[in-house]
Amino acid sequence: MNHAVFVTAAYAVSAAGLIGLAIWILVDQRMRQREIAELEQIGVQRRSARKAKG
Amino acid sequence: MAETTISGRLTNLANPTRFLELVGRFLPWLAAIALLLTFAGLAMGFAAPEDYQQGSTVRIMYLHVPFAWISMFCYMLMAAAALGTLVWKHPLADVALKAAAPIGATFTALALATGSIWGRPMWGTWWVWDGRLTSVFVLFLMYLGILALTRALDDPQRSARAAAILTLVGVINIPIIKFSVEWWNTLHQPASVMRLDGPTIHPSLLWPLLVSAIGFTLIFFTLHLMAMRAEIWRRRVAVMRRMAAKRAENRAPA
Repeated sequence: MNHAVFVTAAYAVSAAGLIGLAIWILVDQRMRQREIAELEQIGVQRRSARKAKG
Repeated sequence: MAETTISGRLTNLANPTRFLELVGRFLPWLAAIALLLTFAGLAMGFAAPEDYQQGSTVRIMYLHVPFAWISMFCYMLMAAAALGTLVWKHPLADVALKAAAPIGATFTALALATGSIWGRPMWGTWWVWDGRLTSVFVLFLMYLGILALTRALDDPQRSARAAAILTLVGVINIPIIKFSVEWWNTLHQPASVMRLDGPTIHPSLLWPLLVSAIGFTLIFFTLHLMAMRAEIWRRRVAVMRRMAAKRAENRAPA
Protein backbone atom coordinates (compact mmCIF):
# COMPACT_ATOMS: atom_id res chain seq x y z
CA MET A 1 0.00 0.00 0.00
CA ASN A 2 1.05 3.58 -0.66
CA HIS A 3 2.65 5.38 2.31
CA ALA A 4 0.24 8.31 1.86
CA VAL A 5 -2.66 6.02 2.87
CA PHE A 6 -1.02 5.31 6.25
CA VAL A 7 -0.19 8.99 6.85
CA THR A 8 -3.78 10.02 5.97
CA ALA A 9 -5.22 7.29 8.20
CA ALA A 10 -3.05 8.39 11.17
CA TYR A 11 -4.12 12.06 10.79
CA ALA A 12 -7.80 11.09 10.32
CA VAL A 13 -7.86 8.86 13.41
CA SER A 14 -6.12 11.55 15.51
CA ALA A 15 -8.45 14.32 14.34
CA ALA A 16 -11.52 12.14 15.01
CA GLY A 17 -10.27 11.18 18.49
CA LEU A 18 -9.40 14.72 19.61
CA ILE A 19 -12.45 16.41 18.07
CA GLY A 20 -14.69 13.71 19.60
CA LEU A 21 -13.11 14.26 23.03
CA ALA A 22 -13.49 18.05 22.77
CA ILE A 23 -17.16 17.75 21.75
CA TRP A 24 -17.86 15.32 24.63
CA ILE A 25 -16.32 17.76 27.17
CA LEU A 26 -18.16 20.77 25.64
CA VAL A 27 -21.51 18.91 25.79
CA ASP A 28 -20.77 17.90 29.41
CA GLN A 29 -20.09 21.55 30.31
CA ARG A 30 -23.25 22.74 28.53
CA MET A 31 -25.45 20.12 30.29
CA ARG A 32 -24.08 20.96 33.76
CA GLN A 33 -24.56 24.70 33.18
CA ARG A 34 -28.15 24.05 32.11
CA GLU A 35 -28.79 21.95 35.24
CA ILE A 36 -27.39 24.70 37.49
CA ALA A 37 -29.55 27.32 35.73
CA GLU A 38 -32.68 25.14 36.14
CA LEU A 39 -32.00 24.59 39.86
CA GLU A 40 -31.38 28.32 40.40
CA GLN A 41 -34.63 29.08 38.59
CA ILE A 42 -36.62 27.07 41.17
CA GLY A 43 -34.85 29.00 43.94
CA VAL A 44 -32.07 26.58 44.94
CA GLN A 45 -28.83 28.40 45.70
CA ARG A 46 -25.56 27.23 47.22
CA ARG A 47 -24.61 28.88 50.53
CA SER A 48 -21.48 30.50 49.01
CA ALA A 49 -23.55 31.88 46.09
CA ARG A 50 -26.02 33.42 48.57
CA LYS A 51 -23.13 34.95 50.54
CA ALA A 52 -21.54 36.36 47.36
CA LYS A 53 -24.80 38.11 46.47
CA GLY A 54 -25.01 39.50 50.01
CA MET B 1 -2.77 40.66 50.96
CA ALA B 2 -1.64 39.12 47.69
CA GLU B 3 -0.09 35.66 48.15
CA THR B 4 3.36 35.40 46.61
CA THR B 5 4.55 31.96 47.80
CA ILE B 6 3.72 28.81 45.82
CA SER B 7 1.81 27.27 48.75
CA GLY B 8 -0.07 30.54 49.16
CA ARG B 9 -1.06 30.56 45.49
CA LEU B 10 -2.16 26.90 45.69
CA THR B 11 -4.26 27.72 48.76
CA ASN B 12 -5.89 30.56 46.82
CA LEU B 13 -6.62 28.15 43.96
CA ALA B 14 -8.19 25.69 46.40
CA ASN B 15 -11.28 27.87 46.17
CA PRO B 16 -13.21 26.40 43.20
CA THR B 17 -14.99 29.71 42.53
CA ARG B 18 -11.65 31.52 42.20
CA PHE B 19 -10.38 28.66 40.00
CA LEU B 20 -13.45 28.91 37.71
CA GLU B 21 -12.93 32.67 37.44
CA LEU B 22 -9.29 32.22 36.36
CA VAL B 23 -10.15 29.42 33.91
CA GLY B 24 -12.87 31.55 32.33
CA ARG B 25 -10.37 34.34 31.79
CA PHE B 26 -7.43 32.33 30.43
CA LEU B 27 -9.08 29.42 28.58
CA PRO B 28 -9.88 31.19 25.26
CA TRP B 29 -6.26 32.44 25.00
CA LEU B 30 -4.83 29.05 25.88
CA ALA B 31 -7.06 27.30 23.31
CA ALA B 32 -6.10 29.79 20.58
CA ILE B 33 -2.34 29.47 21.25
CA ALA B 34 -2.65 25.65 21.46
CA LEU B 35 -4.38 25.36 18.07
CA LEU B 36 -2.01 27.86 16.45
CA LEU B 37 1.12 26.04 17.64
CA THR B 38 -0.26 22.59 16.75
CA PHE B 39 -1.15 23.60 13.18
CA ALA B 40 2.17 25.46 12.82
CA GLY B 41 4.11 22.38 14.02
CA LEU B 42 2.22 20.02 11.69
CA ALA B 43 2.62 22.43 8.74
CA MET B 44 6.38 22.64 9.47
CA GLY B 45 6.40 18.83 9.51
CA PHE B 46 4.81 18.62 6.07
CA ALA B 47 7.24 21.26 4.74
CA ALA B 48 10.25 19.37 6.20
CA PRO B 49 12.08 16.81 4.04
CA GLU B 50 10.97 13.18 4.15
CA ASP B 51 13.10 10.67 6.05
CA TYR B 52 15.70 8.88 3.88
CA GLN B 53 14.52 5.46 5.15
CA GLN B 54 10.92 5.97 6.24
CA GLY B 55 9.80 8.24 3.41
CA SER B 56 6.59 10.21 4.05
CA THR B 57 5.52 7.94 6.96
CA VAL B 58 7.87 10.00 9.17
CA ARG B 59 5.01 12.55 9.24
CA ILE B 60 3.14 10.20 11.58
CA MET B 61 5.92 10.99 14.09
CA TYR B 62 4.54 14.54 14.60
CA LEU B 63 1.38 12.94 16.04
CA HIS B 64 2.61 9.69 17.56
CA VAL B 65 5.52 11.06 19.61
CA PRO B 66 3.57 13.97 21.23
CA PHE B 67 0.66 11.60 22.02
CA ALA B 68 3.03 9.10 23.65
CA TRP B 69 4.73 11.86 25.70
CA ILE B 70 1.38 13.30 26.79
CA SER B 71 0.04 9.84 27.73
CA MET B 72 2.86 9.53 30.29
CA PHE B 73 2.83 13.21 31.32
CA CYS B 74 -0.93 13.01 32.01
CA TYR B 75 -0.40 9.98 34.23
CA MET B 76 2.31 11.80 36.24
CA LEU B 77 -0.02 14.80 36.58
CA MET B 78 -2.69 12.43 37.92
CA ALA B 79 -0.14 10.94 40.34
CA ALA B 80 0.65 14.45 41.64
CA ALA B 81 -3.10 15.06 42.00
CA ALA B 82 -3.41 11.74 43.87
CA LEU B 83 -0.79 12.97 46.36
CA GLY B 84 -2.75 16.23 46.61
CA THR B 85 -5.85 14.23 47.55
CA LEU B 86 -4.19 11.84 50.02
CA VAL B 87 -1.64 14.15 51.68
CA TRP B 88 -2.96 17.72 51.45
CA LYS B 89 -6.67 16.98 50.82
CA HIS B 90 -6.67 19.79 48.25
CA PRO B 91 -10.30 20.18 47.08
CA LEU B 92 -9.33 20.49 43.41
CA ALA B 93 -6.89 17.54 43.41
CA ASP B 94 -9.56 14.87 42.99
CA VAL B 95 -11.33 17.05 40.42
CA ALA B 96 -8.04 17.23 38.46
CA LEU B 97 -7.48 13.46 38.66
CA LYS B 98 -11.02 12.52 37.64
CA ALA B 99 -11.07 15.06 34.78
CA ALA B 100 -7.67 13.92 33.42
CA ALA B 101 -8.48 10.18 33.20
CA PRO B 102 -10.60 10.20 29.99
CA ILE B 103 -8.19 12.66 28.35
CA GLY B 104 -5.17 10.49 29.23
CA ALA B 105 -7.03 7.40 27.97
CA THR B 106 -7.75 9.13 24.64
CA PHE B 107 -4.14 10.29 24.14
CA THR B 108 -2.86 6.79 25.01
CA ALA B 109 -5.34 5.16 22.59
CA LEU B 110 -4.22 7.60 19.88
CA ALA B 111 -0.53 6.87 20.61
CA LEU B 112 -1.27 3.14 20.21
CA ALA B 113 -3.39 3.65 17.07
CA THR B 114 -0.93 5.98 15.30
CA GLY B 115 1.98 3.71 16.33
CA SER B 116 0.17 0.72 14.88
CA ILE B 117 -0.57 2.56 11.62
CA TRP B 118 3.12 3.61 11.45
CA GLY B 119 4.29 0.08 12.32
CA ARG B 120 2.49 -1.63 9.43
CA PRO B 121 4.56 -0.06 6.59
CA MET B 122 7.82 0.17 8.62
CA TRP B 123 7.87 -3.10 10.61
CA GLY B 124 5.53 -5.16 8.42
CA THR B 125 3.09 -5.71 11.29
CA TRP B 126 0.32 -3.75 13.04
CA TRP B 127 1.24 -5.05 16.52
CA VAL B 128 3.78 -7.06 18.51
CA TRP B 129 3.54 -7.99 22.19
CA ASP B 130 6.95 -6.54 23.07
CA GLY B 131 7.98 -4.52 26.12
CA ARG B 132 7.17 -1.02 24.81
CA LEU B 133 3.84 -1.78 23.15
CA THR B 134 2.62 -4.01 25.96
CA SER B 135 3.58 -1.54 28.73
CA VAL B 136 1.76 1.30 26.89
CA PHE B 137 -1.26 -1.00 26.47
CA VAL B 138 -1.12 -1.63 30.25
CA LEU B 139 -1.08 2.19 30.73
CA PHE B 140 -4.26 2.38 28.62
CA LEU B 141 -5.89 -0.32 30.80
CA MET B 142 -4.82 1.62 33.95
CA TYR B 143 -6.58 4.72 32.60
CA LEU B 144 -9.74 2.68 31.96
CA GLY B 145 -9.56 1.22 35.48
CA ILE B 146 -9.20 4.67 37.07
CA LEU B 147 -11.96 6.00 34.81
CA ALA B 148 -14.31 3.24 36.00
CA LEU B 149 -13.33 3.66 39.66
CA THR B 150 -13.89 7.46 39.70
CA ARG B 151 -17.42 6.84 38.43
CA ALA B 152 -18.28 3.63 40.33
CA LEU B 153 -18.93 4.87 43.90
CA ASP B 154 -21.70 7.25 44.92
CA ASP B 155 -19.61 8.89 47.65
CA PRO B 156 -17.08 11.18 45.86
CA GLN B 157 -14.71 11.17 48.89
CA ARG B 158 -14.44 7.38 48.98
CA SER B 159 -13.96 7.10 45.22
CA ALA B 160 -11.36 9.92 45.38
CA ARG B 161 -9.26 7.96 47.91
CA ALA B 162 -9.56 4.68 45.98
CA ALA B 163 -8.70 6.31 42.63
CA ALA B 164 -5.73 8.15 44.20
CA ILE B 165 -4.30 4.91 45.63
CA LEU B 166 -4.79 3.02 42.33
CA THR B 167 -3.14 5.90 40.42
CA LEU B 168 -0.09 5.89 42.71
CA VAL B 169 0.29 2.10 42.42
CA GLY B 170 0.23 2.43 38.61
CA VAL B 171 3.14 4.93 38.58
CA ILE B 172 5.49 1.90 38.55
CA ASN B 173 4.50 1.42 34.89
CA ILE B 174 5.94 4.80 33.77
CA PRO B 175 9.68 3.94 34.17
CA ILE B 176 8.88 0.51 32.67
CA ILE B 177 7.50 2.25 29.54
CA LYS B 178 10.48 4.63 29.38
CA PHE B 179 13.19 1.96 29.73
CA SER B 180 11.37 -0.94 28.02
CA VAL B 181 13.25 -0.28 24.77
CA GLU B 182 16.58 -0.70 26.59
CA TRP B 183 15.67 -3.64 28.84
CA TRP B 184 14.03 -5.95 26.28
CA ASN B 185 14.30 -6.86 22.61
CA THR B 186 11.81 -4.79 20.66
CA LEU B 187 10.90 -3.57 17.19
CA HIS B 188 10.44 -0.10 18.68
CA GLN B 189 13.36 2.29 18.23
CA PRO B 190 15.26 3.51 21.35
CA ALA B 191 14.88 7.08 22.64
CA SER B 192 16.00 9.57 20.00
CA VAL B 193 15.03 12.95 21.50
CA MET B 194 15.41 12.76 25.30
CA ARG B 195 18.92 11.31 25.50
CA LEU B 196 21.85 12.26 27.71
CA ASP B 197 24.04 12.70 24.61
CA GLY B 198 21.46 14.88 22.82
CA PRO B 199 18.83 14.16 20.15
CA THR B 200 19.74 11.91 17.21
CA ILE B 201 17.06 13.38 14.92
CA HIS B 202 18.11 15.91 12.26
CA PRO B 203 17.09 19.49 13.25
CA SER B 204 14.89 19.77 10.12
CA LEU B 205 12.63 17.06 11.61
CA LEU B 206 13.26 17.87 15.29
CA TRP B 207 11.93 21.46 15.25
CA PRO B 208 8.50 20.59 13.77
CA LEU B 209 8.29 17.75 16.31
CA LEU B 210 9.03 20.08 19.25
CA VAL B 211 6.56 22.76 18.07
CA SER B 212 3.76 20.22 17.51
CA ALA B 213 4.56 18.59 20.89
CA ILE B 214 4.19 21.97 22.66
CA GLY B 215 0.96 22.58 20.70
CA PHE B 216 -0.56 19.21 21.63
CA THR B 217 0.52 19.68 25.26
CA LEU B 218 -1.35 23.01 25.36
CA ILE B 219 -4.38 21.26 23.76
CA PHE B 220 -4.15 18.73 26.59
CA PHE B 221 -4.14 21.54 29.22
CA THR B 222 -7.07 23.27 27.48
CA LEU B 223 -9.16 20.08 27.49
CA HIS B 224 -8.14 19.32 31.08
CA LEU B 225 -9.18 22.75 32.38
CA MET B 226 -12.49 22.44 30.48
CA ALA B 227 -13.10 18.97 31.96
CA MET B 228 -12.20 20.24 35.47
CA ARG B 229 -14.70 23.08 35.07
CA ALA B 230 -17.41 20.59 34.02
CA GLU B 231 -16.56 18.38 37.02
CA ILE B 232 -16.81 21.31 39.48
CA TRP B 233 -20.21 22.20 38.00
CA ARG B 234 -21.29 18.51 38.25
CA ARG B 235 -20.46 18.55 41.98
CA ARG B 236 -22.33 21.83 42.43
CA VAL B 237 -25.39 20.29 40.76
CA ALA B 238 -25.20 17.35 43.19
CA VAL B 239 -25.01 19.72 46.21
CA MET B 240 -27.89 21.84 44.89
CA ARG B 241 -30.05 18.73 44.24
CA ARG B 242 -29.45 17.58 47.84
CA MET B 243 -30.48 21.05 49.09
CA ALA B 244 -33.61 20.96 46.92
CA ALA B 245 -34.50 17.49 48.23
CA LYS B 246 -34.01 18.60 51.86
CA ARG B 247 -36.15 21.68 51.26
CA ALA B 248 -38.92 19.58 49.74
CA GLU B 249 -38.71 17.17 52.71
CA ASN B 250 -39.08 20.03 55.23
CA ARG B 251 -42.07 21.43 53.37
CA ALA B 252 -43.89 18.08 53.11
CA PRO B 253 -46.78 17.73 55.60
CA ALA B 254 -46.05 15.28 58.44
